[in-house]
Amino acid sequence: MTEHILIVGGGQAGMQIAVSLREDGFEGSVTIVGEEHHGPYQRPPLSKAYLAGEADEESLELRLPQFYVDNKIVVIPSEKVVSLSWGAEHGVAVTDTGRELPFHKLALTTGADPKRLTCDGADLDGVLYMRGLDDANELKARWADINDIVVIGGGFIGLEVAAVARKYNKNVTVVHSRDRLMSRAVGPVVSDFFLEAHTKRGAKVLLEKRLTKLHGENGTVTGVELQDGNVIPADAVMVGIGVAPRGELADQLGLERAENGAIVVDSHARTSDPRVVACGDVAYLPHPLGGEGMVMLESVQNAVDQAKLAAKSLLGGEEEYRAVPWFWSDQADLKLQMAGLLQGYDQQVVRGNLDEDKFSVLYYKNGRIIAVDAVNDVLDYMAVRRALTAGQNIPADLAADSAVALKTIVTD
Amino acid sequence: MPHVTYISPDGTETTLEARVGDSVMETAVKNGVKGIVAECGGSCACATCHVYVDAAFIDKFDEMGPLEDDMLDGTAAERLPVSRLSCQLKMREDLDGLRINIAPEQY
Ligand SMILES: Cc1cc2nc3c(=O)[nH]c(=O)nc-3n(C[C@H](O)[C@H](O)[C@H](O)COP(=O)(O)OP(=O)(O)OC[C@H]3O[C@@H](n4cnc5c(N)ncnc54)[C@H](O)[C@@H]3O)c2cc1C
Ligand code: FES
Repeated sequence: MTEHILIVGGGQAGMQIAVSLREDGFEGSVTIVGEEHHGPYQRPPLSKAYLAGEADEESLELRLPQFYVDNKIVVIPSEKVVSLSWGAEHGVAVTDTGRELPFHKLALTTGADPKRLTCDGADLDGVLYMRGLDDANELKARWADINDIVVIGGGFIGLEVAAVARKYNKNVTVVHSRDRLMSRAVGPVVSDFFLEAHTKRGAKVLLEKRLTKLHGENGTVTGVELQDGNVIPADAVMVGIGVAPRGELADQLGLERAENGAIVVDSHARTSDPRVVACGDVAYLPHPLGGEGMVMLESVQNAVDQAKLAAKSLLGGEEEYRAVPWFWSDQADLKLQMAGLLQGYDQQVVRGNLDEDKFSVLYYKNGRIIAVDAVNDVLDYMAVRRALTAGQNIPADLAADSAVALKTIVTD
Repeated sequence: MPHVTYISPDGTETTLEARVGDSVMETAVKNGVKGIVAECGGSCACATCHVYVDAAFIDKFDEMGPLEDDMLDGTAAERLPVSRLSCQLKMREDLDGLRINIAPEQY
């Protein structure tokens, strides 16, 4: 009897599970079903090079169609899984076209959806989100007609779009509800730096401002009204206020979910039913560096690394997930790179020169390095990432001298 | 379409047709050539796409930018004069016959 492994969600994580299953020698059938009309592709360029017109659609593809054929990976695009159930011998997934797909083991890699605005005017034409290729294409199709763009949310995606829009000389206003940019992921020094950097490059960045409603004319957005009554003119509103994991399907199998809707997994990427794994943006997972508690990690790194492990777990492996989280963001000529998780740091060391757009911030807890944020400073980023991966330290007192190369002062 | 041959650390050769404009990294990864990891998908952010360009071709590529230069100082495998990050090398018609040695370690 052929063993069927079904992967629901054809994104970064889903593709990687399929590839890893084959690399690990699995000989049964592997099927990826995804609702998008495109095969698996990478999202990071959508708000960067692709939006800027420096990369085309084909370049986003993660693998060529022939690769899947050669590796006996069946990819079913344009179909959404609407129900999942277990029978006595195997499970069955049903898609929105009525197709039934049997499985003995299941991977849920359904990713996340952008959080939507709910205020008045939220459904006006010109209110846009940025998750998939279709979203990016919609923004690109309107690009030439946009003079005033308002970005809601000063996180990575919002700021990347803002930077591209400035490059094209559009009037850009970023409205952020918190007191500093990218506050969930980077430290205050970096937030402040980017506030100044975007302002210097011509964007208007408003902190601690909330929108109350969107104005429109003939069904199309024309402005964003803030709590203080000000109305910012807008031909387009780009909303980047975070994502909501798409964990709904898990309920049909009675799997445990977190408060935010994510699917709870253990350090093997297994859900509360060991026949089912989940990974990527949809998973709520134990801290991958042995820290306390559970985390959400919305990154290519986590999607890929956790998927590799999930494939092993599907094949009976007992390895535990251990990985140094890392992430990057390109904003104008600034490459921001982060490694580790800075939550709970009690000391920081700033290296390099903020005025020259090249510096790094090292974060410490109890004298040990736990994370780095680097701007145009690849060497510091790489040195810290390596040290974290090897479980080593970079003593703060030595690191404080910017002239010293970090890789020369690594200790155990 | 130009052809490019990848030589793995164990000597295995794989020759592929490349799409003009795709990078040397993309051509390898999309076809499933192992050894070029490319964790960041070509954003010049990971240095896991390190290759040694065949000496006959090294001058045919644009000079590297400062970022790539820095990244190459931090690669896992030894940096050689012909070291490049393959995500920064775009394929062109006149690169037909290109030979690329994949670095033995990427992490
Ligand atoms: C604009 C943008 C920029 C980004 N930039 C970066 C960056 O610079 N660096 C970085 O590390 N990360 C970045 N990310 C995050 C990164 O892309 C994600 O973390 C990663 O794609 C997560 O992979 P995934 O497979 O979990 O989810 P996804 O890639 O979202 O894949 C999930 C797929 O499942 C499909 N699906 C969902 N439900 C169903 C269903 N019921 N039936 C069938 N299919 C279904 C979805 O349509 C989707 O195609 C960015 C994301 C975006 C949107
Ligand atoms: S693919 Fe990451 S640096 Fe080349």
